[in-house]
Amino acid sequence: MANVETKPVVHEEDLLIEEYGYDDHFHEHHHGDKYQSNFITTYIFSQDHKMIAKQFLITGMFWAIVGAAMSLIFRLQLGFPEENMAWLKPLLGKWITVNEAGIGSLAPEFYYALVTMHGTILVFFVLTAGLSGTFANFLIPLQIGARDMASPFLNMLSYWFFFLSGLIMFLSLFLNTGPFSGGWTAYPPLSALPQASSGSGAGMTLWLLSLVFFVVSVLLGGINYITTILNLRTKGMSMWRMPLTIWALFVTAILGLLSFPVLVSAFLLVMFDRGLGTSFFLSEIFIGGQALDHVGGSPVLYQHLFWFLGHPEVYIIILPAMGLVSEVLSVHSRKPIFGYKAMVYSILAIGFLSFIVWAHHMFMSGVNPFISNFFVIFTLIIAVPSAVKVFNWIATLYGGNVRFTAASLFAIGFVSMFISGGLTGIFLGNSAIDIQLHDTYFVVAHFHIVMGVAAFFGMFAGIYNWFPKMFGRFMNETLGKIHFWGTIIGAYAVFWPMHYLGMAGVPRRYYRFDSFAAFGQFDAMNQFITIAAIVTFGFQVLFVINFFYSIWKGRKMTSRNPWGATTLEWTTPLEPGHGNWPGKLPTVQRWAYDYGKDGKEFIPQIQPLEEGEKEGH
Amino acid sequence: MTALLATICLILISIIVVQIGKVTELAGKIRGEEEVQEQSNKRHANYSLIFMVLFLAATLVSAWYYKDSMLWYGPNESASEHGSSLDSIFNITLFFTGLVFIITQILLFYFAWKYRGQRGRKALYMPHDNRLEVIWTVIPAIVMTFLVVGGLDAWNEVMADVDPNEEYIEIEGTGYQFAWHLRYPGPDGKLGTRDYRLVSGTNPLGQDWTDPKNLDDFHPSEIYLPVGKKVRVRITARDVLHNFYLPHFRVKMDAVPGMPTYFVFTPKTTTEEYRRKLGALNLNGEPMYPEWHEPVDPSDPESPKKFEAFDFELACAELCGEGHYAMRRVVKIVSEGEYQDWLSKQQPYYESTIKGTDDDPYKEEAAPESEVESQPEEAEPETPQTTETTE
Repeated sequence: MANVETKPVVHEEDLLIEEYGYDDHFHEHHHGDKYQSNFITTYIFSQDHKMIAKQFLITGMFWAIVGAAMSLIFRLQLGFPEENMAWLKPLLGKWITVNEAGIGSLAPEFYYALVTMHGTILVFFVLTAGLSGTFANFLIPLQIGARDMASPFLNMLSYWFFFLSGLIMFLSLFLNTGPFSGGWTAYPPLSALPQASSGSGAGMTLWLLSLVFFVVSVLLGGINYITTILNLRTKGMSMWRMPLTIWALFVTAILGLLSFPVLVSAFLLVMFDRGLGTSFFLSEIFIGGQALDHVGGSPVLYQHLFWFLGHPEVYIIILPAMGLVSEVLSVHSRKPIFGYKAMVYSILAIGFLSFIVWAHHMFMSGVNPFISNFFVIFTLIIAVPSAVKVFNWIATLYGGNVRFTAASLFAIGFVSMFISGGLTGIFLGNSAIDIQLHDTYFVVAHFHIVMGVAAFFGMFAGIYNWFPKMFGRFMNETLGKIHFWGTIIGAYAVFWPMHYLGMAGVPRRYYRFDSFAAFGQFDAMNQFITIAAIVTFGFQVLFVINFFYSIWKGRKMTSRNPWGATTLEWTTPLEPGHGNWPGKLPTVQRWAYDYGKDGKEFIPQIQPLEEGEKEGH
Repeated sequence: MTALLATICLILISIIVVQIGKVTELAGKIRGEEEVQEQSNKRHANYSLIFMVLFLAATLVSAWYYKDSMLWYGPNESASEHGSSLDSIFNITLFFTGLVFIITQILLFYFAWKYRGQRGRKALYMPHDNRLEVIWTVIPAIVMTFLVVGGLDAWNEVMADVDPNEEYIEIEGTGYQFAWHLRYPGPDGKLGTRDYRLVSGTNPLGQDWTDPKNLDDFHPSEIYLPVGKKVRVRITARDVLHNFYLPHFRVKMDAVPGMPTYFVFTPKTTTEEYRRKLGALNLNGEPMYPEWHEPVDPSDPESPKKFEAFDFELACAELCGEGHYAMRRVVKIVSEGEYQDWLSKQQPYYESTIKGTDDDPYKEEAAPESEVESQPEEAEPETPQTTETTE
């Protein structure tokens, strides 16, 4: 691929590492490699960060397919509510009700269950675990020059708690009363009262249990990532020499560590309200013909706790994608990332601000309108570091020698999506406009583009770029590019029209639109969106085929550094074993973005500065 | 059988796809990788440019196409006074973000195209430029300040509660699974007290009948309001969260069990005026908004036209369970005269349903003839009683 591949540089890294490297006596202590001695310890209960990363990735892909398939079913309902859905009966069973005429339709309870599961799965299992689980595990030790994570055992537990969490959620799909159906935000009283909705019984119990295990997984992972980044950086890898991927993953882990426990506290209180008769979130409720005893609680309190996680969560999703994109754009433009320090500061600023904007999800929830003033101000301040990032990405392309690969295309696509989705955030963050747009399709369009599609684009860029390092083979480029064009066109076709629905006032989470004259006038648009969603899903199948085919049959990687990148992971052997570097650990001599400096295509981080050479930034 | 066919199709497609991939890879080997990469750079750089043009064109054309259906454009002006200030902030924001959107999307794809990889070309070494970075930090900050100030100014005005001394109409909307129950204060202008423990089949809102303010409250099935009068909606929920949403009036507020909320607004367009606007004709006598002249029932061309059947609507905008999508009530804005007319026809709920029954605290004192009167003639003005029977 790269021009460099033909040059005989294969051993140059080894020489540099041998000369400047640091001998930590790692291999003297690990005779026979107890971590990877048999099938089970290699592939299942592995403690090697690279294997755990692959486990997160493949599990995440499984959930992405499940979550996306669910969205297709409810899109069919929204686009073609009159069509016969009896053909789905073998899959969905009693949730398809067939009338005398033989026309099957999706039960509204199950429509809401699908919407809820789609949100939960995509937000938590795919874009949190699948994205940062994969790339934090894979890239942190490799890019900072560590043998593995600080605690490989906790790291393994992190995956298996995620697996357990997924297993419980999966089982809940088969409950007689259906999975939880009160929306991924699970606002009480709907989520707290089994009488309020069939999914709020056993479905909600399993949902809560699953997510508590999920939080355990995130915390075990997060504490590991932070510790590893702070303590296990190789010699010379100062914080200001870390690639932006590591900065992003670092801040992501901190956000997770500080916000997820608050979610668990909210869940615990919901459990108490459900099981122990407490009234944290319940007050003055008459339901099912009965006045409940609960008085004094506040459903709004739950929303505060939930969004105290919920808002950082969207940055937990998007920051790793930003980090991956920064790295991929720089490598494939053959230019240093523009404004490295500004990029780091903007990550830090976004991370900090993400903790003081949560109530912008609650402008219309009955909180004191005065409080909203602060949240509006902090929310719109986030636009500034976000704008800086966008301009810096664009400036990175300027004057480059851009190599169009599937990875770089997805990185460019990410920036396009982030612009489109980020700008609509300026509408929603302004409470005055949010009065009208809150809980309409405008919101659906906004967050799907800015943190759904964009995060997926970051993830795809990362997968195409690091696949050779993961599996020793390339993914097929042609299929990757077809995948890109199909996905960017498809994703815009799905989500762009939703802005218009929102601007017409159409609320989200509606099973059908024809009960209202104002909302029922967009049949053609809803059909278009559904068809676009099906086609876009087809392009993701292409990706899945390409992925698994390439693991075993892809073009083999023949040189260590196919993209001509400066970072440490490309100095490891073609298929790095446990401990990543066979001999000494590399030491770092310069920042991560010396591309095109002094007429050289790129200068690896392990290359010492020349006499009189000044460091890049 | 279909499943089998579909599976076979899927397998065939996968094989074809994999073969395409293989062939291009082989071609790459034959022609040399650098050559292939350069060609690919050129091709996809061109695609980027084409995509950018088509994408931007599609956004503009589609926005134009849907302008008459969106609440900000065409005939769909806000039907409330405060709504206009929100709409103008929306449009100012749209102007700025639209500008940034077009400029950044163009630069992004243009740079990708312009600086596509070519053999022998060297990339610029440009790690940062403080002046540029300051510029593009300061400009967004200024624009944001502008938008925040405008937004908050409107927000605080819109969300302010009524002054107890001013004149306003107070009405109440209560969400329950799955409908809205409406209550008007009656001649005394005051809503009576409620206690959720008193809720029953005959007392859907849990009104306390010992409170005299309750005795004249009535429960209509539609919201009727006079144009130009300030309205305070008291918003409550009986079971789970709901949201009182009047799209045409830019009104939206959660209904929270145990915590009444409110929204204050002033209708400025009557239903009739709004219909006329939707059905307006241009100078040539053609409809200005043809989509509003289509028949309501597409299969029956004789059915009324959409603009003639138009009504303001109340919806729920907070997920409340499986019937969330159908909590509709009609909202009618009328002239003061029509409103008074309508008011005079309303019968207090107490009179129609409670008086003289076992729930009536004044039963003993009540004169016997009121017993007869208490038999409701027209059962109850609102329908959804069937869903809530007391056990």
